[in-house]
Amino acid sequence: MDYDVIIIGGGVTGCCIARTLSRYDLKICLLEKEADIASGTTKGNSGVVHAGYAADRKYKKREFCIRGNKLFDQAYKELNFPFKRIGTLVVALEERQIKDLVYKRNYGTEDGVPGLEIIIDKNRIKQIEPQLTDKAIAVLHAPSGGIISPYEFTFALAENANMNGVEFFREHEVIGINKIVAGFEVKTKPRKFTSRIVINAAGLYSAEISRMAGADTFEIYPRRGEYILFDKNSIHLNKVLFPMPTRLSKGILVSPTIHGHVFIGPNADNILDIEDVSTTIRGLKEILSGGLKLVPNLPLNAAIRNFAGLRAVSNTMDFIIEATEMVGFVNAAGILSPGLTAIFAIAEEVVRILVEDLGEELKEKENYNSYRPKPEHLSDFTKMKLNQKIKENPAWGRIICRCETIPEAEIVNAIHSPVGATTVDGIKFRCRAGMGRCQGGFCKPRVMEILSRELNIPYKEVTKRGKGSHYLINNVLCIELTEDKKESKGVTEK
Amino acid sequence: MKSLDVDIAVIGAGSAGLGAAIEAKKQGMDVLILERNDELGGITLQCIHNGFGLKIFKEEITGPEYIQRFIDEVKELKIPYKLDTMVIEITEDKEIYAVNKKEGLLKIKAKAIILAMGCREKTRGAINIPGFRPAGVYTAGQAQRFVNIEGYLPGKTYVILGSGDIGMIMARRLTWLGCEVKAVVEIKSYVSGLIRNQVQCLEDYNIPLILNHTITKIHGKDRVEGITISSVDQNWDQIVGSDEYIECDSILLSVGLLPENELTTKAGAELSTNGGPVVDNYLETTIDGIFACGNVLQVHDLVDNVSAEAKRAGENAAIYIKERSNKEQIKKDLIKIVPGINVGYVKPDYVNFSNLENLLHFHLRVKEPDRDVIIVIKEVNKIVYQRVRSFVIPSEMIEIRTKFKSEVISPNCRELKIEVLPVSLLEVIDEVE
Repeated sequence: MDYDVIIIGGGVTGCCIARTLSRYDLKICLLEKEADIASGTTKGNSGVVHAGYAADRKYKKREFCIRGNKLFDQAYKELNFPFKRIGTLVVALEERQIKDLVYKRNYGTEDGVPGLEIIIDKNRIKQIEPQLTDKAIAVLHAPSGGIISPYEFTFALAENANMNGVEFFREHEVIGINKIVAGFEVKTKPRKFTSRIVINAAGLYSAEISRMAGADTFEIYPRRGEYILFDKNSIHLNKVLFPMPTRLSKGILVSPTIHGHVFIGPNADNILDIEDVSTTIRGLKEILSGGLKLVPNLPLNAAIRNFAGLRAVSNTMDFIIEATEMVGFVNAAGILSPGLTAIFAIAEEVVRILVEDLGEELKEKENYNSYRPKPEHLSDFTKMKLNQKIKENPAWGRIICRCETIPEAEIVNAIHSPVGATTVDGIKFRCRAGMGRCQGGFCKPRVMEILSRELNIPYKEVTKRGKGSHYLINNVLCIELTEDKKESKGVTEK
Repeated sequence: MKSLDVDIAVIGAGSAGLGAAIEAKKQGMDVLILERNDELGGITLQCIHNGFGLKIFKEEITGPEYIQRFIDEVKELKIPYKLDTMVIEITEDKEIYAVNKKEGLLKIKAKAIILAMGCREKTRGAINIPGFRPAGVYTAGQAQRFVNIEGYLPGKTYVILGSGDIGMIMARRLTWLGCEVKAVVEIKSYVSGLIRNQVQCLEDYNIPLILNHTITKIHGKDRVEGITISSVDQNWDQIVGSDEYIECDSILLSVGLLPENELTTKAGAELSTNGGPVVDNYLETTIDGIFACGNVLQVHDLVDNVSAEAKRAGENAAIYIKERSNKEQIKKDLIKIVPGINVGYVKPDYVNFSNLENLLHFHLRVKEPDRDVIIVIKEVNKIVYQRVRSFVIPSEMIEIRTKFKSEVISPNCRELKIEVLPVSLLEVIDEVE
């Protein structure tokens, strides 16, 4: 066997399981079909750490969410990802909705959600969130709710897993799984892998992966959510704002991001194509009208990007975390909201399944290191510190991304960090170059140049996010002539 | 940390920064230019088409030729400059913090600062185009950089959204390189750029211009495969059933430019509705001794106009240092210049009352195209200036140069309004009066 455990899927679920299992004496690898981890649902969601009052008591996701929320404090100390418990508000605009807030508060408090409070004093509501509509008559405040950068969180998990021995294989799409004696053979386009245990964390593709392994027990449906992101400093919010939930979702929220932007979204659109992350005119209008109901002063002319993500909805409407009849094949599927919040509880459950259902005797590694240092950011430096960093390494003094003030050193670090960036999007999501208001208008050619230099690939082979996403097709005529000249010169010299 | 003192620090070494620095130096000032790029010249370096210099040099030259004359003059005058140097902060006390690889963090104390950071292009997000988010969507200026500076082609078949000048110029440039530009799609009923570019870049090459249309979906998961365009109604809403698919591998956006004023805002200067800083007739911002010129103040259509404005900023900054910086700040008696009917914005935002008899420059853009108009400046309802124009269009900046006789404007005037009215309307007003 090549490995003890193969994890399929490099989203937040796969990476969190990888990091959690990396504590034990297991040989583990993670397979991801895209050019980078955190490329699917993990990249396109609200980035909210929920307090846990929302889901119905009949679902296990409720319990996982409440437990998961509590596990974030320790993880934050160890992994240094962008995270803040700023608190969330559910906003009632009509008298009859207050009853619902009371249910949420009472049951939530009973189940251990800390600090839930219903506020009806309009002055206090205004004080807590000045941007909230005057039409709000009551809010449910959950101080343990927070915001997180879901992809930077996932990079932190992956880096720490990699530091502790987990091997990552990107651009390794799984195309077949065979049961072999005492394990599985997992086929990808580049090569085959074998292992005793396979963990399916393939998100939108988890039903397909489960079928490949012969465990055809559930279905996954894509549910699209569209978002609009507004420029920094165009508006400031203190809290994550939720409307009253609908049957399909928590509704269109208005929230600050951990980096000081504000976004609105998502809507909930059941679609057929598992890869359709396109935004639509109808959807963008829908989230705008939803957002304006909570925050009438949205800075409509300061939008900098719209995007969509797909939730992986299972036919059970709940998380599917279970050992299957194919012994050694474990599902961690159907992880939609509050999956991000529940993620450490989900990983704990996988460990329990390995021990109790599969009889694994997990032994902790002696040299396990749970600490992942915080990536260095210019924005965290004092002026004196910056001056000193430039003296040590001049690349800190060359600013590549003007909007977010990202120096060359941060980009080089993002490339050479464990499970580092290989694409322009990889840089953008790791260190924010190209994330600002000009959306890479100025810095993209420079970022491409650095990727080309550091990864030793031709400039025009640099992609947005892997295969097929090239920015450039060819040299213009004059450059080709120069290269021809070089070649012919090379021939004569020979 | 290295610190230095200068009379005037110029931020940006494009046509505005160089022009301002040259003039300030000629006035005897100790000037320092800070540029974030690795060479002098700014965006004009990638504008390899002709059409530059007609006003300033009375001849038609290319962008690089135009800017080289300024670069040469900066070198002749031995004006110091720092390249690869990014200003990260400006304080109200005119302290500039900048970084570069060689010197680390620099603290520059200036008696006056000239802001000349230029502008940036609006992106896809700013206009909220729906669809997928593949590679192959570029702003026109970004594509221009790839082609003219880096030497690479972004694609083979293009649709250009927006009829701004750079978009139309790139349509012609890409056609010359053997690419196919399938259409220039404009949401408005008229082109956003200069008429001369519509003729010389689109019509001369039979590139279709599709007005009253916009992109309603971008197709292609990894790389652009095509777009859907739809016609729009007067409110720019999509007309249902008017969709049309066009196959292409690249999309260029030429949908407008925004002054780049992050540093200006950080310094605490006020911005006006056009995105540029609020200035008076000296081009001085709301912060004493900080001046602005070029596209950071207002997006110009001709670089020659940028150079002219830059010269004034350089001169005014020098006057400021010579005459005002060490004296107690004279309380200014300001008259507000207000954009009225069919005026998008006007610069300057204020005029000092005591300068009314000097030559004043006003720059404005109309909101909507119109024919047979009269441009008026009014104090309440009294017309104090008027000029007839046969044709106005938002893409062409209107310049007014005038002096006011002291008796024309009342001593307690606090506001002048600029309007662009149909001539017929004015006749009606006359009759009523």
